[in-house]
Amino acid sequence: MIQWGFNINQPRAINLDKNDRLVADRILEQMPELEACIACGSCTATCTAGNLTSFNFRKVHTLVRRGEYKGAYEEMNKCMLCGKCRLVCPRGINTRGVVLLIKQELGDY
Amino acid sequence: MRNSWTEYQKEIADDNYFYVRSCIRQNFFPGSEAAFLNIMRNDLNRDVKEEAIHTSCTGIGYHSDIVPLDTIMTVVARQFALMTEAGYENFISSCITSFGIYNEAMEMWSEFPETEERAREHLYKATGREFKKPKSIAHTSDIIFHHREEIARKAQHKLINVETGRPLRVVEHIGCHYAKIFPKTGFGGSEFPYVLAGMIESWGGDVIDYPERRHCCGFGFRNYLVQANRGYSVANSQKKFESMAPYKPDFIVANCPGCAMFLDKWQYTIAEMEGTVYGQDGQGIPVLTYEEMAGLVLGYDPWQLGMQMHQVNVEPLLDKMGIRYDPTAKYLGKNGKYIGQPADALVNNSSHIQL
Amino acid sequence: MSHKVIVVGGGIAGMQTALSLAERGIQPLLLEKSERIGGKLTGWHQLFPSFTPASEVLGDLSARLKDSGAEVRTNSEVRKIDKQGVELTDGTSLEADAVVVCSGFDLFNARLKEEYGYGIYPNVYTSADLEAMFNENRVLTAEGKKPQRIALLHCVGSRDEKVGQRHCSRVCCITGVKQAIELKKLYPTADIYNFYMDIRMFGPGYEEMYRQAQQEYGIHFVRGRISEASETIDHRVQIKAEDTLVGRPLKMTVDMLILLIGMKPGESNRRFAENSAIKLAPSNFVQPHDSFLHNVCSEAPNIFYAGTVTAPKNVGESLNEAITAADRVAQYLSARQ
Repeated sequence: MIQWGFNINQPRAINLDKNDRLVADRILEQMPELEACIACGSCTATCTAGNLTSFNFRKVHTLVRRGEYKGAYEEMNKCMLCGKCRLVCPRGINTRGVVLLIKQELGDY
Repeated sequence: MRNSWTEYQKEIADDNYFYVRSCIRQNFFPGSEAAFLNIMRNDLNRDVKEEAIHTSCTGIGYHSDIVPLDTIMTVVARQFALMTEAGYENFISSCITSFGIYNEAMEMWSEFPETEERAREHLYKATGREFKKPKSIAHTSDIIFHHREEIARKAQHKLINVETGRPLRVVEHIGCHYAKIFPKTGFGGSEFPYVLAGMIESWGGDVIDYPERRHCCGFGFRNYLVQANRGYSVANSQKKFESMAPYKPDFIVANCPGCAMFLDKWQYTIAEMEGTVYGQDGQGIPVLTYEEMAGLVLGYDPWQLGMQMHQVNVEPLLDKMGIRYDPTAKYLGKNGKYIGQPADALVNNSSHIQL
Repeated sequence: MSHKVIVVGGGIAGMQTALSLAERGIQPLLLEKSERIGGKLTGWHQLFPSFTPASEVLGDLSARLKDSGAEVRTNSEVRKIDKQGVELTDGTSLEADAVVVCSGFDLFNARLKEEYGYGIYPNVYTSADLEAMFNENRVLTAEGKKPQRIALLHCVGSRDEKVGQRHCSRVCCITGVKQAIELKKLYPTADIYNFYMDIRMFGPGYEEMYRQAQQEYGIHFVRGRISEASETIDHRVQIKAEDTLVGRPLKMTVDMLILLIGMKPGESNRRFAENSAIKLAPSNFVQPHDSFLHNVCSEAPNIFYAGTVTAPKNVGESLNEAITAADRVAQYLSARQ
């Protein structure tokens, strides 16, 4: 065998031609206001879990909306369901509900 | 289609060139620079001066953070001094990296005149030489482009499939430093460069405009130099191959030493690592330099052009163009002695031997 | 014959200025360089945020202008503005007591953003092209197919020093939202993506419309500028951007790419600025005397401005400025008597 000493990197791009948006569309159908997120980050700023772990609620739900589901269920498990994010959301998104919805659609809720 | 290229034009001198070479082309495409000189001197009757004592531009070292700015400017100043001493003023470079370096030095000297003064001082102290700035700086692909119609008039072969009568489908790849740093220095600018496309069209071929046409080959200097980083160097070439494959290109032509090398060699690597080949009939896509392309058009012998040194076999292309060649002479050196033959490789659809 | 007031430019600002002057009993002469009045609005389909047909606004304005008896001269391009009046490109001099410059803006030439391939790839369009398609009631790809995936790119020729356009053109954001909704109404199953840098919803009802686009119409908004568009083998358009909110590159293929082109300072601004009373801002829009109490005034007492000659504005703002300018003209003329 040839010892190459490297592997061919896989593309990092979010490829919307290949991503299956089926689950994302199902989530948005149940909670269309999630699309109204303006990415202000107040949910993440106030997040009990996000201040102590790498959990970034805003980023994860944005990725889910693009059809990037890998690891999203596990990320949502970090949520402590305190509900502060819902309190601060200026767009009135039921963020706590989004956590549960993503878990429900992506994993064994 | 390509109307925007007309907005980027530059003056190209018609004759009397001072020629500087690439460091790496003589290893990977050893006949190309000789072919350029032959075409210019013998086919087109132009005067091209070359000095044996010119050096590397040190661009690869510069872009890999090994050679400092002052050093490379002094090297550039010395090349210009050799040109001045020989009585020439049209500076032409065989390498895209060097072409970028020469333009960068000229731009920097004009933006920051004190850097030019420093380069002049360093050169004088080190060598006693002085220089005049060139009247024009061009890449040698610009020179072939400039003479493309004259070459077309002398053509022995067209970029046409002799069996079907249809134009060959050609992918052109422009080295990043040809026009991405200074778009005004390239024919057609950086987005729709025309330097190679113009040759292809003049010689009968069709240019393929595929989605990743403008993407870098992945050469990237320090990236391929460090083995552990080659994964994303090769991934860039792979992205291009995947994007161009549906167009069924007959060959790729490049104007940059590194691009031509990587587009050729990475096809071998990808085939061996992943079993994928991107050309037709289970073969890789032949990769040519523009001098090789011009040489074939003018009727040069492919082995005289050094095409036996390619990783991807060029015979399928030669057959399409109706070029006669002696298969038994492929691996004979200039002195007629057998130079050895590469091992079989998947990229050439030959029986694969696990090493 | 000496006209009291010359209005330069027959777009909506010029039309409203002439109309307001006539309503005040001042005789205006409206000069329009092209063969008809109406300006850019003649090519527009519907207006944000109410989806009012542009023809309705223009029709009403034209009718009232006609009734007012204001004199309109088309095919009359102004070359020079001076103290005595204006000089036309055919050499004619026209005297006036006051001049109101309503020469508007130029649409940004999308070909200058070469990386998007406008004019090269048939499925790359501008927002103005799309309005024309709406007007013709034929929004189809170059191959005549119904688009199923459309991307709209904001800030083409705005906030971009590479093309000499550092300013924000303001109205493209809301135009992008409006056009996305119109497309979605036309093709409810289509996927529509807006690529934006910032969303600037400055007018009444705009923010509400943005939210409606997101929530009711399911239009996707991706924060990131498209860096390159290229054509695929089936003549669709491959685009690349960064999804900056997740920090990853993004690529996709669309049936149509719509470039939301910005407002470029009018070509005539430089010519008019040969008159030292007409100053240009660094953006090359005309600089009014100040932004507050004299925002329709030049440095000369008898030269006034209205509309997008001074900065990007929406329809309502341009019309309001026209009324203000007419008011200032009236004040000037009465103070002289």
